[in-house]
Amino acid sequence: MKVLKVYSLVLIGIVALTAGMGVSGYEVGDAVADFKLKNVDGKMVSLSDYGKSKGVIVIFDCNTCPYSKAYNDRIIALNTKYAALGFPVIAINPNHPDMSSGDSYEEMISLAKEKHYTFPYLYDPAQLTPKAFGASNTPHAFVLKNENNVFKVSYIGAIDNNVRDASAADKKYIEEAVDALLAGGAVTTPKTKAIGCGIKWKK
Amino acid sequence: MSNKYLFILLLVFSVHQAKAQEIRIIKFPELQGIIQSKSNAIQVINFWATWCAPCVKELPLFEKLNAENNESIKITLISLDFADKLERVKSFVDRKSMKSNIVLLDEVDYNQWIDKVDKHWGGAIPATLVINPQNGKRKFVERELEEGELEKLIEQVK
Repeated sequence: MKVLKVYSLVLIGIVALTAGMGVSGYEVGDAVADFKLKNVDGKMVSLSDYGKSKGVIVIFDCNTCPYSKAYNDRIIALNTKYAALGFPVIAINPNHPDMSSGDSYEEMISLAKEKHYTFPYLYDPAQLTPKAFGASNTPHAFVLKNENNVFKVSYIGAIDNNVRDASAADKKYIEEAVDALLAGGAVTTPKTKAIGCGIKWKK
Repeated sequence: MSNKYLFILLLVFSVHQAKAQEIRIIKFPELQGIIQSKSNAIQVINFWATWCAPCVKELPLFEKLNAENNESIKITLISLDFADKLERVKSFVDRKSMKSNIVLLDEVDYNQWIDKVDKHWGGAIPATLVINPQNGKRKFVERELEEGELEKLIEQVK
């Protein structure tokens, strides 16, 4: 018991240290720790619920950011296309409601209803998942590949290369990454960057 | 009498027009030119957008620095609003009576240039880059600045 106590203290210390650094997070190839968050339907959703999927597309997204709004329909389309192929979307709102009232749980429920979300839109007021993933802005995507129930990061970054005009995007990063994984190949562009709204961290 | 008033009105209107600042749309090479500038002035580059609340909140810090008319500091505020929203940026700048040098960067293929600004930049705004071209020192901050922090960043690159 004592050993366990010391061990947990050390673990808490490591977690606190990592949280304090702020900039850390998963890199491509890293295994992702399980999470359990409340969905807009009131039910809890865990990454481990997706054991039968080939992978998942985790997108840190919110109600208020203009970039999130611009990508909203594209995110819905991603789930429509890839859930059936074994890569469903899981959206997580990383913003703290105290720092962004438009991103409250109630507002999330309204948006999910209005846009008929076919995927979970998870509430994380403790902001543990954006910290663990190293998400910095919205929308910020992570494609995870399921390797025997261990979810490994295969792609980090933008959805595509044209936020303003979906039809003008000629690099569809997420689709290219998931298509490559489905074909059993390697992701050619495993990491991209995009301008986005900074995550509203609780101060 | 009425002519006199009309004249004053016209005068006020024309002064107001002259004060309204012209905002140019630029492409990345021009931004790169500022980043790689060899001038004597310390370059203060801020990335913002009219819709970004923390960006708007910190803009007065840059305006205050700009008002000091310090020739050894060159401020460039880079709006990342979409180019088709230029009028919105112009009216925002007018409404806030902003005097700093402001340009709109029209480059939506972000992955092509974010790392060239700073490889530590995740892409969130506000973001501020302070460069001293004379000694090559640079500071990059990817969050809202606090009061007095801009002066500290400038001090750190001296």
